[in-house]
Amino acid sequence: MKKSIKIQNISKSFPGVKANSNVSFDIDSGSIHAVVGENGAGKSTLMKILYGMIKPDSGDIYVFDEKISLSSPKDAIKYGLGMVHQHFMLADNFTVLESIILGIDSPGIANLKLEKYKDSLQEVMKRYSLNVDLDQYVDDLGVGEKQRVEILKVLFRGAKILILDEPTAVLVPQEVDELFKNLKDLQNNGVTIIFISHKLDEVIKIADQITVMRGGEIIGTVDADQVNKKQLAEMMIGKSLPKPPERSVESGLENVLKVENLNARNDDGKTVFENISFEIKKSEILGIAGVEGNGQKELIESIIGIQEVDSGDIYLENSILNKLEIRQRLDFGISFIPEDRQAQALVMEMKLNDNIILGRQSKEKYKTNVSTVNLKNAGKISRQVINDFNVKTPNETTIATALSGGNQQKFVVGRELDDDPKVLIASQPTRGIDIGAQALIWDKLRETRDSGLGVLLISADLEELIGLSDRIIVIYQGKFVAELDPNTITPEELGAYMTGLKQ
Amino acid sequence: MNLRYKLIGFSAPILALSLSVFITSLILTAIGKDPIETFILMYDYGTTGKSLVSVFNRFIPLYISAIAVAVGFKMGLFNIGVEGQYLLSALLAAAIGASFSVSRPLHILLIMVIATAISSLWGALAGYLKVSRGIHEVISTIMLNYIGTGIIAYLLGQVFNDDDKANLIPQTTPLPETGQIPSLNNFLNIEDLPSLHGFLPIAIILGFLYYFLIWKTTLGYNLRITGQNPTAAKFSGVDPKRLTMLAMIISGGFAGLVGMGPLLSYHHQYSIDFPAGIGFAGIGVALLGRNHPVGMAFGAVLFAFLERSSQILDLRDVPKEIETMMSAFILLIVVVFYEVIRRYIVTQQIKEASKEVED
Repeated sequence: MKKSIKIQNISKSFPGVKANSNVSFDIDSGSIHAVVGENGAGKSTLMKILYGMIKPDSGDIYVFDEKISLSSPKDAIKYGLGMVHQHFMLADNFTVLESIILGIDSPGIANLKLEKYKDSLQEVMKRYSLNVDLDQYVDDLGVGEKQRVEILKVLFRGAKILILDEPTAVLVPQEVDELFKNLKDLQNNGVTIIFISHKLDEVIKIADQITVMRGGEIIGTVDADQVNKKQLAEMMIGKSLPKPPERSVESGLENVLKVENLNARNDDGKTVFENISFEIKKSEILGIAGVEGNGQKELIESIIGIQEVDSGDIYLENSILNKLEIRQRLDFGISFIPEDRQAQALVMEMKLNDNIILGRQSKEKYKTNVSTVNLKNAGKISRQVINDFNVKTPNETTIATALSGGNQQKFVVGRELDDDPKVLIASQPTRGIDIGAQALIWDKLRETRDSGLGVLLISADLEELIGLSDRIIVIYQGKFVAELDPNTITPEELGAYMTGLKQ
Repeated sequence: MNLRYKLIGFSAPILALSLSVFITSLILTAIGKDPIETFILMYDYGTTGKSLVSVFNRFIPLYISAIAVAVGFKMGLFNIGVEGQYLLSALLAAAIGASFSVSRPLHILLIMVIATAISSLWGALAGYLKVSRGIHEVISTIMLNYIGTGIIAYLLGQVFNDDDKANLIPQTTPLPETGQIPSLNNFLNIEDLPSLHGFLPIAIILGFLYYFLIWKTTLGYNLRITGQNPTAAKFSGVDPKRLTMLAMIISGGFAGLVGMGPLLSYHHQYSIDFPAGIGFAGIGVALLGRNHPVGMAFGAVLFAFLERSSQILDLRDVPKEIETMMSAFILLIVVVFYEVIRRYIVTQQIKEASKEVED
């Protein structure tokens, strides 16, 4: 079988994380090849390397048996590689035709020959049976049509190998069927397709071969017709799961956080989660397991008050939160560790003693009677957090961006645990940080749990989820599908629930 | 350590000034004028007692205008509408202020309150458009400037025109003496010089007030975090819409006081001669002073000085537009240097912090 791509020993490290280590696999010419893995498994890094967006530390890539070295996506296109991003890169106020030819000509004052392009585009559309109305405005297109435009765009630039990054994430089922039909047509016309996903059903349905990644490594490549969903889930999640440590304190009896029948839709009317009910007791960590994009992010944001809910109630110690603003909820005793510390939890070019106040502006210790900031307390508590959480920094007047990711995160966790919160919502609390910082944060979370804190934990790191949680609830497509005991859980079960195999 | 960073910060405007003097010299040489002679001429004229009084009188509205702009800048809002806000509020305050008379400090205070209120409202309009309809404040404030100019022309020509005295130019009735701020000359024992406007102390107080508001209050904290990271601010419980409204109201409020220096201490009435353009000049001063009250004070003095000292040039056959170019060079260069310095400080701090990790 002819190979359109050979990837050999690709490695790539980022500070503190090995994103790809010795990745090797081949892709048959004219096949649909899926790459699956959990978030953080290294799929995106690999695809970015393949598309010239980042350079690997080591390793080689061959495209149609020619060794290539890419320094930008422009190079990738030259070799016939085209990428369709998850987030569309189209101009809303342009017509489809204009969007597709955008950037093809080098800028000049010559008359734009739209008609000429239209003819050649129609040819491409006919060849690959991919139909879009070229004169419509992008803004008026549905999501599925926009995706077709993106595909057309890269084909028009001469792509022979298509990389699709989570193409079905934004589509409704009917659109998915249509996309698959289009992909089959493309395949019949000799196009090689690399399909990135973590939806196992779809992958088995569309792909010829499936490569599974976990923790930056290749676990294996299998033929799609010789594998079932269960086996794939096992490969993806891993066979051995860590055992939760013995716990010293039993969960309390009183609820700290209770959620009843929560429902929410996004702006397009698509359900993000439905009929969510759960409660968290004192001294309890409730973990939510789920492949990213199944509504867990929106769920925690609705508890904080960032995401609006359509119906349902949220109680904090028997007081209803629904009508409260974000500020009032925080003041009421919710602490929040957001998933992206740099974008959501810190002001990067402000000093640590300014950042300590973030989210607590209206608390008494930082605000005097005349609405001035209590800088003395800010300094004192920053020093305390730096000390207790072993944050490596010259002092509390260093700007946040000067710290390493692990130290930034330790500071954020320290701040959120500082003023005796009633409940902590922790989203990916140790993502992308070194092992030392991770261990310290885990210890601190257990410690405060033991002293009475209720925690809602969301994590893509299953080791973390099982190691910390007292109970685990699985969310799939916006619904709670199972409640599991971390002491008795098997990887098969967890994987089956997370990927929708079992409901 | 922080002192060192502050000193490095100060070097940017000084470097920018030197570089712009150098570039201006090249231009002067190119048009056949002796640069050294020109600068000495400007310096000598600019430092005469008469000129210095004029520089400080000019400083007053320029500084307040910079503060008004800086309030918006601090949260990432560009209030280009200070111009329209201060002119419209000055006209209305002049007209209303002339229609009644109470004892002096109260009368002055009332006029200032009227100006602040009107200007805040005018600014709030742009804030409302942004919050409710998503219209960018740069567009709306520029448009509101035009609308304001139109309203001023109408009001001045048709409504408030003091036509009893058959004036040649449209103007409002002069403020009664109780609405005028006396000059500082007697107080400071300055004789034989033009009057130094009595609004100067108020401008300085406003500088302190601005500093207190931005760096010491919770509101100021919210403005600063929103300016630097709107997402983190939102996650911390800041309501961006409410804060945008507040920022535009406060910025507009400061803008309302821009016209009060010239009105209360010198012109005493609004006419078509009332000084215009200070709202735009304030944007430059805020940039040069990096939104810091002390930096903006230096910036306002510098620009006021350049403007005054260039007045002599036309008489000596050097085009005085050279000063406009010089100011523009200063701003262009300083923006670049500030960015260079910002990056330098960040890398320095990263170095210090990583040293800590190795220990």
